[in-house]
Amino acid sequence: MAGFILKRLVQSVFVMLAVAFLAFSLFTFVGDPISQMTGVETSLQDQARLREELGLNDPFVVQFMRFTGDMLQGDFGYSFRTREPIGAMLLSRLPATLELGVVALVISLVVGIPAGIYTALRPRGLVSQSILIGTLIGVSIPTFVIGILLIFLFGVQLGWLPTFGRGGTVQIGWWRSSLFTGDGWRSLVLPSLTLGLFQLTLTMRLVRAQMMEVMRTDHIRFAIARGVPWRSIRYRHALSNTLIPVITIIGLQFGGVIAFSIVTESVFQWPGMGLLFLESIRFVDIPVMSVYLVVIAFFFVVINLLVDLLYVAIDPRLRVRESA
Amino acid sequence: MPETGKMARLVRSEGVWLFSRSPSAILAAIATVLIVLGALFAPWIAPTNPYDLASFSLFDGLLPPVWADGGDARFLLGTDDQGRDMLSSILYGARLSLSIAAMAMAVALVLGVGLGLAAGYFGGRLDAIVMRIADVQLALPAILTALLIDGISRGILPRALHDDLRVAVITLAIALSLWVNFARTARASVFVERNKDYVQAAIMMGQHPLRIMFRHILPNIVGPLLVIATVDLASAILLEATLSFLGVGLPANAPSLGTLIRIGMQYLLSGEWWILWIPTVFLVVLVVAINLLGDFLRDLFNPGMR
Repeated sequence: MAGFILKRLVQSVFVMLAVAFLAFSLFTFVGDPISQMTGVETSLQDQARLREELGLNDPFVVQFMRFTGDMLQGDFGYSFRTREPIGAMLLSRLPATLELGVVALVISLVVGIPAGIYTALRPRGLVSQSILIGTLIGVSIPTFVIGILLIFLFGVQLGWLPTFGRGGTVQIGWWRSSLFTGDGWRSLVLPSLTLGLFQLTLTMRLVRAQMMEVMRTDHIRFAIARGVPWRSIRYRHALSNTLIPVITIIGLQFGGVIAFSIVTESVFQWPGMGLLFLESIRFVDIPVMSVYLVVIAFFFVVINLLVDLLYVAIDPRLRVRESA
Repeated sequence: MPETGKMARLVRSEGVWLFSRSPSAILAAIATVLIVLGALFAPWIAPTNPYDLASFSLFDGLLPPVWADGGDARFLLGTDDQGRDMLSSILYGARLSLSIAAMAMAVALVLGVGLGLAAGYFGGRLDAIVMRIADVQLALPAILTALLIDGISRGILPRALHDDLRVAVITLAIALSLWVNFARTARASVFVERNKDYVQAAIMMGQHPLRIMFRHILPNIVGPLLVIATVDLASAILLEATLSFLGVGLPANAPSLGTLIRIGMQYLLSGEWWILWIPTVFLVVLVVAINLLGDFLRDLFNPGMR
């Protein structure tokens, strides 16, 4: 067990190093920071001096070590565009994205899992068929169109909900939250629905496929043969085996939530990290792009690590194999 | 009455029979064919050329579609604020969207199938490297990959050159985020096929690995690849539309469907609904139709799931 955790930890460190290397290459080979920072009026001597001062003449490896070391200490450098420290920029926008993502994930799971189970148990029913056609359309409608539709319906036509920004926020330490005001919650509804709907279709399809597979396994057949009541077969025997992979689903979905939060934040002008990333692409703000990449990769790695560990904790079969 | 022509065999095949019994597949096929034909022949069937500034005038601006009050018979689907015919813009936009998606899908197909076949056939270190890259790629959502590639290309290429290469950059960005599916399927199929007698026989006859891969194995895995190609075409259309909507895709002077929707967003609050909703509906119908076809093909090639 300890060996397994150690192995996964070492793997994660290597993945992070690889991503840091990628981000650093981006930083080094794409565009020239000196020409970004200085104007035409700066003399060549001044430019050369600045280059030397910033350590840009050092060997590649030395620069990479310094880059990684600075990152580890929380120093992410400065944005080309706004000249602000990137760490502070990202930190101020992190709560918005996380709150949006978590609420969307909850929506996708709370609706998606029951719907998946239902359609797996009654695959030929009318309700199941309509749900399945619904998910096909859901997969085909791009996130931004769902956003526009919701804005049009609830924002413009009915006028019930705000369509941009975070509404009233409360500052708790460095965390600016919109979860503590009614206005903030109202602002959160449309973006999180937009983000959640797409994930919802994925959750549902995965749970459905898994449940159908479990229902075909031998232990379920044996339970049927023993005369175990249907209710018990479905909700105790089958469901517990179905829900183990759901942890992986949550892990996988996190990636989707982060990626599509870029789109959602753009549609709703939600001041999160995705919007920042999009701005940095438009203005070729390489430092912000590369730091965003590292931060996102860090989230991915941590979530994947947690998923693997939870798996061992929950699925007894893995523990048995480990000790055998 | 025995007929042996290829056409006759096709007509009597299982696929055609199932197709004729599936209303959703027929509808989807009709919609797809109509849209593809419209896009293909846009320069000949569109009433005006939306790229030609002389072909429209500001006086015709913001006219609603024919069936609405104040519609003008010259403009079937109305006009935008510049007086551009919406139908023409949409046909040309679909032409651009579809050609980018098809090109991206083709690049992804060639790249993915090539790598997947090689990885599956040779195994060993090549397989490990290709699959490791595929894993990393799979962990990164396609939209993120595409955005990153676009961002990097902006940094590397001078501004003017980047604007000229917009279409190529977007195509490449989409292709690089979609090749993994092809590679994984090709590889998995090769693992199965490699141990079959016909492949073993070909190896023993001393045929060249390339010949075995492309002449013997590839024709036998066309089915699953076709399914992925269809589904990926839909994803490619969505990706392009999303990138253009986010404003990092194609420029406004050569609008694709996504760009048209982005422009239409400005009219969300005003009464000119057609500028936003007609391209949106068009895009959704196109993607739904292609996905339905993909679903049909998947059922056809996986009889177990039927």
